[in-house]
Amino acid sequence: MFAIVLVLTAVFLGLYALGTDRAFQEVAEFEQDPTFQAVDERTLAGATLLGLAMFGTLFLGAVLAVFLTHAVVRGDAERGLLQPLVVRPLGRTTLLGARFLAAAVVCGLYAAGLFAATAGITYWTGSWWPDRFWLPAAELAAAAVVVCMLSLLGSVFLSATANGIAVFMLVGAGIVGGLLGQIGAALDSETLVDVAEKASWALPFEALYQDALHAISSESFGLTGELLQLGPFGGAQSAGGALWPWVVGYLAAAGALAAFVFGRKDL
Amino acid sequence: MPAALQTRALAKRYGTIEALRGVELEVGEGELVGLLGPNGAGKSTLVKIAVGLVHPTGGDATVCGAPAGSAAARASLGYLAELFRFPGWYSADEVLLLHQRLAGSNGGEAERTELLRLVGLLDARGRKVDAMSKGMQQRLGIAQALVGSPRILLLDEPTSALDPAGRRTVRRLLEELRARGVAVLLNSHLLSEVELVCDRVVIITGGSVVAAGTPAELSRARGVEIETAAGLREFPDATRDDAPHLVAELVAAGERIYEVRVRRTSLEETYLHAVGEDAT
Repeated sequence: MFAIVLVLTAVFLGLYALGTDRAFQEVAEFEQDPTFQAVDERTLAGATLLGLAMFGTLFLGAVLAVFLTHAVVRGDAERGLLQPLVVRPLGRTTLLGARFLAAAVVCGLYAAGLFAATAGITYWTGSWWPDRFWLPAAELAAAAVVVCMLSLLGSVFLSATANGIAVFMLVGAGIVGGLLGQIGAALDSETLVDVAEKASWALPFEALYQDALHAISSESFGLTGELLQLGPFGGAQSAGGALWPWVVGYLAAAGALAAFVFGRKDL
Repeated sequence: MPAALQTRALAKRYGTIEALRGVELEVGEGELVGLLGPNGAGKSTLVKIAVGLVHPTGGDATVCGAPAGSAAARASLGYLAELFRFPGWYSADEVLLLHQRLAGSNGGEAERTELLRLVGLLDARGRKVDAMSKGMQQRLGIAQALVGSPRILLLDEPTSALDPAGRRTVRRLLEELRARGVAVLLNSHLLSEVELVCDRVVIITGGSVVAAGTPAELSRARGVEIETAAGLREFPDATRDDAPHLVAELVAAGERIYEVRVRRTSLEETYLHAVGEDAT
């Protein structure tokens, strides 16, 4: 499985490098054109491309998270992998915590590393660097960790296949929620914006992704800033200071629920 | 010293299905007890409660004096599930190493070597689980259950995937464990196997214990047959103790005796009778 992830990652980075190189060649031609003086073409192209790469990073991070955790409880119990471990003295909560920690570290480092790689490629091909680097890297890592937790929690209730499908649907729902918010903002629809906002808090990987998108171009203003705020695959909205405490509380609550149910589950 | 395993009025209900109905069972230190019963009788549920995989809905179970499912209880037992699997990329040695860490065993390489020798896998210690036959994985499962020198071993159908040679290996292993003072609860469908190695047999059906005793006790006398010159004489209510008296009477009556047989029910017949099946 890890080989597949590495191959997919290499293909993704290769295509991203090719795409950004071509895009920045076009940008170099626009920059000479006085018609586009109101827009910082290089920033618009760089932030858009990196935003697209961040969507890819979130998706690949979610794939990795789901594959590492979708079968932790019911799936492994149905295959007979869990029973020999659970009867050892270490305890169910420890087992669950260890599985989460391992998956979270792998997925978090993977997402942050992939973001760093795409930011580096963007700089190498177009001499553009995001306004903030560490915050979006941490937020993408945290988004992958949230998906890990949702998948782990789902594994307590659902069989492996059903859980994998359910978590991918949740990830899709979160991203669609962001797109709805974008459309709602464009149409000035309070309802759509409200729905999108609630969805992003209910599924905080989306709020983290939006905040990360916002962070890479947080110092862009004027027409460039307005265009970037629309963001690719979800609005580039700042989530505010409550985001991190909410994410920590969300992870703690989901982890406690998973441990509580797993502790009382017949295997 | 507390019993290796004791259950009192143990009950388990899955929705409307009563899997166990007040089971009383005791496995003494170093005792080898066979658990028999038809599919769905509650045998696996009983074993799973003992190892902490399933929570009882009534009564209680203790393992070496500690409540079943507690860390102390789990530290005292070894378990082989009916359905189990190890990660395919692990070697036999790595599987045992992992379980040594989980069990807190400090037996090191010497323990792993000894366990692999016991189950006949010493030559395959570096082989990946994926490259092992089902029988080899089954034997590795038994070795895994023995990690950390448990005081009681709970084996759920340990010979189901083994060929006759593998079954003999397991029988010898069980005898060796008994010699070492390890208690064993053996859940098996193979009556002959249970009869051969177990000190005591417990028959369970419909979630209740319906018969229990040594294999000899369960194989009850079923009359005496005496072959005489006049033909076969049957004494269905007689026991082994009655045989000399019957022979003396027949000889006194002028009969010539050729053979005397004390008939006993087999464990299989007792089992089928206990679980309500036709023994014929």
